[in-house]
Amino acid sequence: MARRERRERRERPIQGAPTAQDFKGDVNPDWCKGCGDFSVLRALQEAYAKLGRGNHDHLTVSGIGCSSNLPGYIKTYGMHTLHGRALAVATGAKFANHELNVVVTGGDGDGYGIGGNHFLHTMRKNIDLLYIVMNNETYGLTIGQASPTTIVGEQTKSTPFGNLETPLNPVAMAIVAGATYVARAFSSDLKQLAELMYNGMQHKGFAFIDVISPCVTWKGGAQKIFDHWKERVQYLEDHDTSDRAAALAQAVKTGYETQLGLFYHDTSRQSLNDMEPVLEKGPIAHQPLGISQEQGDAIIQKMM
Amino acid sequence: MAKYDFVIAVGGAPGQGIDTVGKSMSQICARHGLHVYTYSAYQSLIRGGHTFLTVRISSEPVANHGDKIDMIIAMDRNSLEKHLPHVAPGGALIYNSDDVKAAPARDDIQLCPISYKELSNNTDRIKLMLNICMFGVALKMIGGDLQVLEDILNLTFGRKGQEVVDANVGVARAGYNYAAEHFTAFEMQIEKQEPKLAFVDGNAAMAMGGAAAGVKFYAAYPMSPSTGVLHWMAANARNLGIMVRQCEDEISVINMVIGAAHAGSRAMCATSGGGFALMSEAIGSAGMMEIPIVVINVQRGGPSTGLPTKTEQGDLWQLLGASQGDFPKIIVSPTSIMDGFDTIPELFNLVDKFQCPGMVLSDLTLSMGFTTFDPDTINWQPEIDRGEFISGPVELDGEYLRYAITDSGISPRAIPGTPGHMHVVATDDHDEDGGLISDEFTNPHKRRDIMEKRQRKMEGIAERLPPPTFEGPEDAEVTLIGWGSTHSVIGEAAQMLTEAGISTNHIHFKWLYPMDEDAINEVLAKSAYSIIVECNYTGQFARFLRGETGFKADSHIRKYDGEPFMPHHVADGARELLKSKTDLYVPYQEIVV
Repeated sequence: MARRERRERRERPIQGAPTAQDFKGDVNPDWCKGCGDFSVLRALQEAYAKLGRGNHDHLTVSGIGCSSNLPGYIKTYGMHTLHGRALAVATGAKFANHELNVVVTGGDGDGYGIGGNHFLHTMRKNIDLLYIVMNNETYGLTIGQASPTTIVGEQTKSTPFGNLETPLNPVAMAIVAGATYVARAFSSDLKQLAELMYNGMQHKGFAFIDVISPCVTWKGGAQKIFDHWKERVQYLEDHDTSDRAAALAQAVKTGYETQLGLFYHDTSRQSLNDMEPVLEKGPIAHQPLGISQEQGDAIIQKMM
Repeated sequence: MAKYDFVIAVGGAPGQGIDTVGKSMSQICARHGLHVYTYSAYQSLIRGGHTFLTVRISSEPVANHGDKIDMIIAMDRNSLEKHLPHVAPGGALIYNSDDVKAAPARDDIQLCPISYKELSNNTDRIKLMLNICMFGVALKMIGGDLQVLEDILNLTFGRKGQEVVDANVGVARAGYNYAAEHFTAFEMQIEKQEPKLAFVDGNAAMAMGGAAAGVKFYAAYPMSPSTGVLHWMAANARNLGIMVRQCEDEISVINMVIGAAHAGSRAMCATSGGGFALMSEAIGSAGMMEIPIVVINVQRGGPSTGLPTKTEQGDLWQLLGASQGDFPKIIVSPTSIMDGFDTIPELFNLVDKFQCPGMVLSDLTLSMGFTTFDPDTINWQPEIDRGEFISGPVELDGEYLRYAITDSGISPRAIPGTPGHMHVVATDDHDEDGGLISDEFTNPHKRRDIMEKRQRKMEGIAERLPPPTFEGPEDAEVTLIGWGSTHSVIGEAAQMLTEAGISTNHIHFKWLYPMDEDAINEVLAKSAYSIIVECNYTGQFARFLRGETGFKADSHIRKYDGEPFMPHHVADGARELLKSKTDLYVPYQEIVV
């Protein structure tokens, strides 16, 4: 039985400044040729490299779906969790060891559909994570059904007569729910994407990037879908990212044009991780286990 | 002193301070060095409805609420009418005579009416302290020390200020003195004995066990009857350095616990059957990713929302079948409140060693029952064994394979942040290196290897789990078989039967899964006419035991009315089954709340 070709997996001490290459994973992506997710992966590798920490200092967590295969393609610690549950798992991991840089990746079905409740509450709690959603407006891995972001009227395998449901507006939702760093990017602009990711990792609180990452298989082919998006995207200009109302006004614009860039950035609100006194002594995963006899005796005293 | 065994019950409406009376009465007895078990039959209401709290006081350790009630404190007319027949002959009934027109019709018990109006000079402020007044009466009846009561009231109400404390103490004293003048105290009075005891409920005991085991992450969504674990953890979180989180749902709870456990923390959660159902998928993911976690399921009456405030042993098959596919897991059912304390560290060592989910099957009876214990017997520093756990820099011999195939099935586990051991854990099935098998269009040989590796862990677990306990004479006529929280009630029934001339022994299961067939059959071979006693309709444990060992019991005692077994339910059942040709006895619940 031939062993699958793998790259040297031992962590090489990074010489000088790390590069995106240092974060290349052991396995090559099995995404369709031309998929927007390739650029997201590349941008994430660049952002990790720019942060300058070792590979083992990062934890990349995903759910299930095409884009959720990403942790396998990147050289950090990774968790490929259940469908929709990546944010909850990542929250637990971040609480156990807040020295890790925890990044969550996934798709629109995973994050906005089945994981919608966790999305809402992780933002409300302002957990110190970066969440990257590769939004392709479809369920790709189950071969092309409508997703929570599929537009009205679109014909898919599950909406053969056209989608009747209004799509979710994830950017507006994030601003309202309490995320403190909210952006939208387009996979074709790798430079902006990498920069938003890098800044999102440095942000202390919940950072969210909705990435338009077109599906080349279920949206009429690469040419058609990329042309479509290139026509629609515009960059946010003259926008005050600290103004929540302005950010929301931009986010709820629902025209043909779609705004890209950083909508909202709140540096005043502490993340839950920073607010929690229990974490002051350092990561709980590194604390000695159990309690002292004195602590035990004090507990018993209250029960007498 | 001769054996003291006395039961007091308090009935009233929620909001009348029944729990304060029950808790304080138990605390007083604990301070007298007496053993106490407290069970509260209540309803899922904040106000209105009816609560009936039973406090059993004994000079010897006691772990169930017994068979008879010696004294009832009826806080309202409803309680008086409902529970008048439940006072044992020779007992006493304390009630508020302002509420009642005619004296209750029982001439074989002592009636203790108090006109609270008279006693309190009809002031509204004092009206609220009816419970404390009756408490004072009850204390006098059993010979408790008024000073100890005053100490307890100081503790209970101290935070509300001296004025409140004084008012309560005054009312308690008034009741105490009134009883001294008007009623005849019980002949057998409580006597102080050493050592003084502490007082704890089952949920707190399991939370304390978690703290001792080194739990550093606890998450929960409130659900009766498991919420007590959350409350204990939340109250002690900062002091003990435990991260405690209340989540949006149980799906989030279990996934957070998995994330925290993967990052290296000992992590735990508790819920009841409905919440556990939501956790099922993720429990399988902990099995697949080989992440050690502990989940407590405090059973209540099912199915569905079921009986939120009533007990049952109805979730065994839910735990056995939780999540799709086969994966190693451990199920344990503590046999007493303090066993719940010991079980958590024991289970953590097992799940850390074998890197799999561990499930604790408690129930309302165990979790919300209160018991006394000797503080000197509690082990705050249990053994902690994290198994093959890599958290610091180690020299690697070759490449690190997270799911390395080994004889034991255990692969050394490195936690994120450890240099040189990067890997991806996946809920998709994977090879030794964590690479997804599905990426290779499902390689059947790798699948077989990794499945066998994981399942080999079950052999190691089964070897380590102690077989069931065997109590009583080997040559008995009857063998009672039970599991989990019913240990004490079955034990007492066995004693009752033996004393009545039907020699009876008792086999009790704590570790339920995996089962070591040979070791268990060796114990079961000692059984005589066998009766499986459990708190559900279909005989979940009987069916499971038969499936695992081939053992078929002669007959069954099952209760599924929401109230826990009393010892006589089991003893009567055994007598009935020995006489009759049927193989099933369902006890009648006399006390209806």
